[in-house]
Amino acid sequence: MSAPPNTATTNPARRPFFRRRKTDPFTGPQAPKIDYKDVRLLQRFISERGKIVPSRITAVSVKNQRALAKAIKRARFLALLPYVIS
Amino acid sequence: MPFYEHVYVARQDATPQAVEALTEELKGILEANGGTLASQESWGLRTLVYRIKKNRKGHYVLLNIDAPAKAVQEMERIQKINEDILRFMTVRVEAFEEGPSAMMKSRDRDDRRREFGDRDGGFGGGGGFGGDRPRRDRDDRPPRRDRDDAPRTEGAPS
Repeated sequence: MSAPPNTATTNPARRPFFRRRKTDPFTGPQAPKIDYKDVRLLQRFISERGKIVPSRITAVSVKNQRALAKAIKRARFLALLPYVIS
Repeated sequence: MPFYEHVYVARQDATPQAVEALTEELKGILEANGGTLASQESWGLRTLVYRIKKNRKGHYVLLNIDAPAKAVQEMERIQKINEDILRFMTVRVEAFEEGPSAMMKSRDRDDRRREFGDRDGGFGGGGGFGGDRPRRDRDDRPPRRDRDDAPRTEGAPS
């Protein structure tokens, strides 16, 4: 959610597109566990073409992104997720 | 003995009873080699996302195995020979999951979740999260790290 330009705390001239920092969806008390069997969860992190979405877009931490990539690749091998959607 | 999670996919033509018999057979192999089958879970006949050996569907079975590596190797050797088995994967885990796995939890809704529309949401502001080429303006640039945090320099962006 791109927060409305907050003129109180940021300089509007320099920061025309202020965006609230997203947080890692896998940290926190109720964070889901990364698991290759959880297809529903993993599906949120692949693009329409079936590629793994970069963490700069999903805000997954580096460590979790590695685990996530591994889980997605395992799920692909078991034909739970596609390698490519054509 | 180490713990393993093992998933195998059996041919769609195999009957559920045949798959069960197969699981029993694998269990026998493990036990003959000094292992145990802690639990098993059948995910039933699922649609494969892509075809494997001309099969569009497959019976998925999850086995939680507590066995020495040799027993697992022997089981995998047998699985390679068996033509009913399309795929298998063994993952070593520190501990077994308790209760039904994520697969079983999601199954009561729909077997085949292939909707890609509901993907927005989770990450508000993900913007073009859906496509491969979501936002040109981001792809053209080197990955910007923490622009929001970085000390500001004089040249105003944009």
